[in-house]
Amino acid sequence: MPKAVVRSKRVIPMLMILVAVVAAFALAPRVYSNQLLLFNTIVYLVLAQGLNIIYGFTGYLPFGYVGFFGAGAYGFSLAVIHWHTPPLAALAVGVLVAVALALILTPLLRLSGAYFAVANLAASEAVLQIVSNPNLTDFTKGPYGISLEKIYNPTLSYGAAIVTLAFTLAIVVYLRSSRFGLALQAIREDAISAGMVGVDVVRGRVLAWLLSALVAGLIGGIFAWYVSVFYPETVFDLGISIFAVVFALFGGTATLVGPILGVLILYGIYNVIGISTPAYFQLIYGLLIVLLILFLPNGIVSLIDRGTRRVP
Amino acid sequence: MLEYSFLAGILFGLYFGLVALGLNLIFGVMKIVNLAHGDFLMLGAYGAYVAFTDLHVNPLITLLAEVVIFALIGFPLYYLLVPRLQASRDPEMLSLILFFGFSQVIEALATLGFGSSERSIPGTVLGSGPVSIFQQTFPVAWVVSGAISLVAVGAIYVYLYRTRLGQLTRAVMAQREEALSTGINVQRVSAIAFGIGIAGAAVAGVLSPFMMGSVTPAMGVGVTITSFAVIVIGSLGNPLGTVAGGIIYGIALMLMQTYFSSWANLLPYLLLIAILLIKPTGLFGRRMRNA
Repeated sequence: MPKAVVRSKRVIPMLMILVAVVAAFALAPRVYSNQLLLFNTIVYLVLAQGLNIIYGFTGYLPFGYVGFFGAGAYGFSLAVIHWHTPPLAALAVGVLVAVALALILTPLLRLSGAYFAVANLAASEAVLQIVSNPNLTDFTKGPYGISLEKIYNPTLSYGAAIVTLAFTLAIVVYLRSSRFGLALQAIREDAISAGMVGVDVVRGRVLAWLLSALVAGLIGGIFAWYVSVFYPETVFDLGISIFAVVFALFGGTATLVGPILGVLILYGIYNVIGISTPAYFQLIYGLLIVLLILFLPNGIVSLIDRGTRRVP
Repeated sequence: MLEYSFLAGILFGLYFGLVALGLNLIFGVMKIVNLAHGDFLMLGAYGAYVAFTDLHVNPLITLLAEVVIFALIGFPLYYLLVPRLQASRDPEMLSLILFFGFSQVIEALATLGFGSSERSIPGTVLGSGPVSIFQQTFPVAWVVSGAISLVAVGAIYVYLYRTRLGQLTRAVMAQREEALSTGINVQRVSAIAFGIGIAGAAVAGVLSPFMMGSVTPAMGVGVTITSFAVIVIGSLGNPLGTVAGGIIYGIALMLMQTYFSSWANLLPYLLLIAILLIKPTGLFGRRMRNA
């Protein structure tokens, strides 16, 4: 079989999944009234896939991934508050802030394993401490939170979230079917060998890192736009990082369908059981994570992906 | 003011050394990150609180009892979680997530059992009146906690460097595969280290009402991050390094609280990132890490 045919045989099913997911979320508000739930699901789909870009393909586990989400939300909000930037331009500011934060943190990529994860967690907590410090209230509104009711527009921001979802899924499709994605996975498995066969290890890691920060910052800004009132703890909540990690792992990382399944199944369960008593929910969720790691460490796609069959 | 900050920093530093020691021991031996470390500390604190308010037991007695109880909890827990984890694709990363889940379970059970309100034990139960050291006066609870921390760290030092089992533990820390091939029962050595690590967290937990203020079920994550900062300043697998890391952290914290109090919360995070980037092996590290 010629190369181009092999490649299109891989890409077409993935593009069909992409279109199906995006179309489902674009049409769902017409038949389902809880738009906030749909919006949050999109946010987690983007975050789980964004985390998949860096963790699934390069093996770096960013425990403080929410830092980019929060940076995007604050970049967007402060641009709107201080410079009266129109929302779409303010989203660009949010993305720039998140990517700038990722650039500042690139030296963390020198660390490996748990060191990277915990240093990244500390970085995100440090950003939260700075943003919520009462001394900076004039600029960041400190611990009192952000209010953007003047630009509140659920329809347009929902649309922006849909576009972001399509963009993020397209990145994963690209990584799943391109030389670059393959190179990243080679780095993940053995950085030294990958370097010896000519893969630019540093460039690959930094690009994946910036891409994952970019999508988190973008959806963070859109989140700020959609909810329009929030506190620093809302957008820097460590739980958001953890959810993204767990959703991606539950489905299966370094695939397109894994994180999608993870979000749809687990976030669905969350919304069924999560409402009444938070402590019971935390208990069930904790147990779920423990059992998942012990018995299904490669995610549910590993149930399908036996032997020769290839999961998109 | 400066002398006060330094002396208080040393007392708190000894305590933070103890807080972090268990996490360091477990990471050093098993290369897994016990993100539930802070939650075991929280359970130790609630043990002391319940024993004190309901049964009128002095925290110092609770402390001895908890060493035994938590070590005994640690062994089965080790066999339940760790060997399965170590057989997986990426034990170090997956341990972060697994123990995060476990920490959620502990926090949820503690919230259901004890409620989410803040609890505290008056510092006077450890003795009354302030203690004066070099013309600076400190609450007696701080001095007692510092002294107990020193004893506990000393005990772990003696275990690691003066006993046969401790020597085997250090062998596993240095080279797990070679330790296996020389016939060391790595599972047993690791299980004991796991038990000691958790017992150390519980001891630090009993003292936490006096050193960290009130106790809540949600305190675990913050404690774990602080412990990580302390370990990283010191260095991995080196108990004396952890104590030194604790003292540096304690003095820095006291100086920050005295001179830049509104930014003091930032300190553990910035210190952690700075040390990791400047000298990833820690200030007292000799061994190379695969960074």
